[in-house]
Amino acid sequence: MTLWWIGDILLLVVVLPVVVYLLHGVLSEARGIVPSVRRIGAAAAAGSKDLDAAPLLLTTQDQVKKTIETVADYGGSLDVIVDDAS
Amino acid sequence: MPAAGVVLIIAVVLIVAALVYYLVSTIFALRQIADGLDEAIASVGEIVEKSAPVNGIVTTINEHLDAGVSALEGLLVKKAGMQDAVGLVDGLYPGAGAQGFRDFPDSATVTPPRIAEVYTRGTLTLARLGREAPIAAASPSGGPVLRNVLGGSLAARALYPEVRQSRPSALPRSPIIGTDSPEQYVPSEEPGVRRRMKAKEEA
Repeated sequence: MTLWWIGDILLLVVVLPVVVYLLHGVLSEARGIVPSVRRIGAAAAAGSKDLDAAPLLLTTQDQVKKTIETVADYGGSLDVIVDDAS
Repeated sequence: MPAAGVVLIIAVVLIVAALVYYLVSTIFALRQIADGLDEAIASVGEIVEKSAPVNGIVTTINEHLDAGVSALEGLLVKKAGMQDAVGLVDGLYPGAGAQGFRDFPDSATVTPPRIAEVYTRGTLTLARLGREAPIAAASPSGGPVLRNVLGGSLAARALYPEVRQSRPSALPRSPIIGTDSPEQYVPSEEPGVRRRMKAKEEA
């Protein structure tokens, strides 16, 4: 009977607090991840929205090509008109 | 049932209740995490999809710009010369001359002349004469001061028209005066009264 009581005391004083402590730690960490994941989701959505202008790079590419062609033509004319330094 | 058994049952029930509460709460938290990760993964997928062609487009743009820069650098160096080209670039973008041109590695060693600096005529005159000499002495090109200290008069003569510098023999000679001069003048009898010439006296 004495051993039984000792077991009960150990169960209530040691095992139960340890179980509660461990489970509380797991729950706290799990709840701490939730806002971080929500922020990650919001950042990813904002990044995706920022990239909506990426197709405009095609226009930029075309404009750069035309500009360089114009500069090349202008430079060719200058090469004919202006004398060389040496 | 003994009292110890009742206490044991109560302890086990408490432990099971704690397990149920915390594990169920953890399950809900993990479910929220999974939902959030699903949304994040969907957005990341959009990012990957939208940014896929960016690399190729930017590479093409850079290739075109590189070709333009190479052509303009080559034209500038060809027409202005390496030193003046570096000076022009350094004048427009101070400090850029030290980096040099991309297609001309030797241009980084060229000391850029001060092409873009504008001075008034008086400042330039002072610089030539060497008065105060802050401009000539502080020239970043490292050249000597324009004015020769020992021959300062010769340096100043360069400011006058060219006929005074290289063709002094073409100028009329100064009159020779004195008792040994080839042409003698008779001194006047009174100050301000000129003596009459011989030809007029004979007539």
